[in-house]
Amino acid sequence: MLCINLLVHHYRSIGVTGTGVTGTGMQIHIQAHDGVPIYLQIVQQIKYLVASGRIQAGAELPSIRALAEQLLVNPNTIARAYRELETAGVVEKRRTAGTFVTGLGSPLARKERLKLLRDRIDQLLVEAFQMGFELDEVLKFMQQSELVSHHQKKEEQHDG
Amino acid sequence: MDKSDAIFSGSIVEIENLSRSFGDQRALENVTLYIPRGGVYGLIGKNGAGKTTLLKHIIGAHYAQRGSVRVFGIDPVAHPVEVLSRLGYMSEDRDVPRMMRVYELMNYTRTFYPAWDPIYAEELREMFDLDPRQRIYGLSRGQTARVCLLLALAHRPELLVFDEPSSGLDPVVRRDILTAIVRTIADEGRTVIFSSHLLDEVERLADRVAILHQGKVLLEDRLDTIKESFHRITLRFEEPLNEAPTMVGTIDASGSGNQWTYLCRGDRSQLIHAAQALRAQIVQEAHVSLDEIFVSSVA
Repeated sequence: MLCINLLVHHYRSIGVTGTGVTGTGMQIHIQAHDGVPIYLQIVQQIKYLVASGRIQAGAELPSIRALAEQLLVNPNTIARAYRELETAGVVEKRRTAGTFVTGLGSPLARKERLKLLRDRIDQLLVEAFQMGFELDEVLKFMQQSELVSHHQKKEEQHDG
Repeated sequence: MDKSDAIFSGSIVEIENLSRSFGDQRALENVTLYIPRGGVYGLIGKNGAGKTTLLKHIIGAHYAQRGSVRVFGIDPVAHPVEVLSRLGYMSEDRDVPRMMRVYELMNYTRTFYPAWDPIYAEELREMFDLDPRQRIYGLSRGQTARVCLLLALAHRPELLVFDEPSSGLDPVVRRDILTAIVRTIADEGRTVIFSSHLLDEVERLADRVAILHQGKVLLEDRLDTIKESFHRITLRFEEPLNEAPTMVGTIDASGSGNQWTYLCRGDRSQLIHAAQALRAQIVQEAHVSLDEIFVSSVA
């Protein structure tokens, strides 16, 4: 649980200091040859942008039409991606206004962040095990990471 | 999609049992397609698969030797004015009178289309950076394509028919064309039918896809549905094997020893059952691109 707490903290701290990404400047890259359905690529990338604080809570997403033109994909695909994000609690539609990123504090958004984090941890562990490392070694290396000490220093400064 | 569905959702194009030969060369064989109103319809196939012949039936340039073609519920050969005034067409070879100047060609084309919007046409001309005094033969390939795009769009047709719209074009002009497709369908109810051999383009834009091969429709469905019905999975077997055991829906299998990767078509849960029956462990699962689906379909 330690590393999860650390990462959640980390995401939060970027969320506070990071610059908000406004509507059309949203950086999403579509790889049509990849095989992953395009709506899913959009969902995953927006989730990542939100969880990593690159898009802040309350920010408005581009309109379906604007994002479709920016990415050159079918507007129905964007609409499907936004619907999935809405169901996942990452964004909310406000009547006549548009689509907005929900607050990070909402339980659904936290669930999303946890899922994202668990996926990353799984990836890391799969690679670590394939390279022949044991779990306690991986945990030790994580704690010894420079990022951790850097993060702890920042926490102390905040507290003091 | 069967016919009752098509009528219910409102087909903009209905093609039934269409066959066409040129001499003893068979170009289309018993093609039945219901193209729904609204959205983007992608037609894919190798060179010579029959894509252009099919599109030329839609615009009424070919009559149906066998079977029937209806566009907006009308026969496009018997009633060309009613059909053509409501559609915009861009041919693959972009054949426009080459001696005309851009403005002359715009004025000339306008006389055929009562719905021509001169303000919109002028906007497009400026956006595409076309010199009105320039003669068509002096234009680059990309600028010629932009002229054709302008002529296809300026009467705001409810149906756009594009034959290989971006073949041989640089990325900037290609972007103009794809943007025009996105804008057209973003306007409620409008429809685009386009053929392409650039499958990433089709994957980005199409709601529905038909794969044509040797004049026949091999596969036709919503793109989402097609993508969900193909799977790539890697299995690990208990023992090393000399060849991959057959599974339901296997299209292709490759590997060695106890790890084999399958390309399969069918229901995912059925596939998992089949793998379990072979006492194999699923090591990896991946999505399949339209490109791979196409190649495996026409192989």
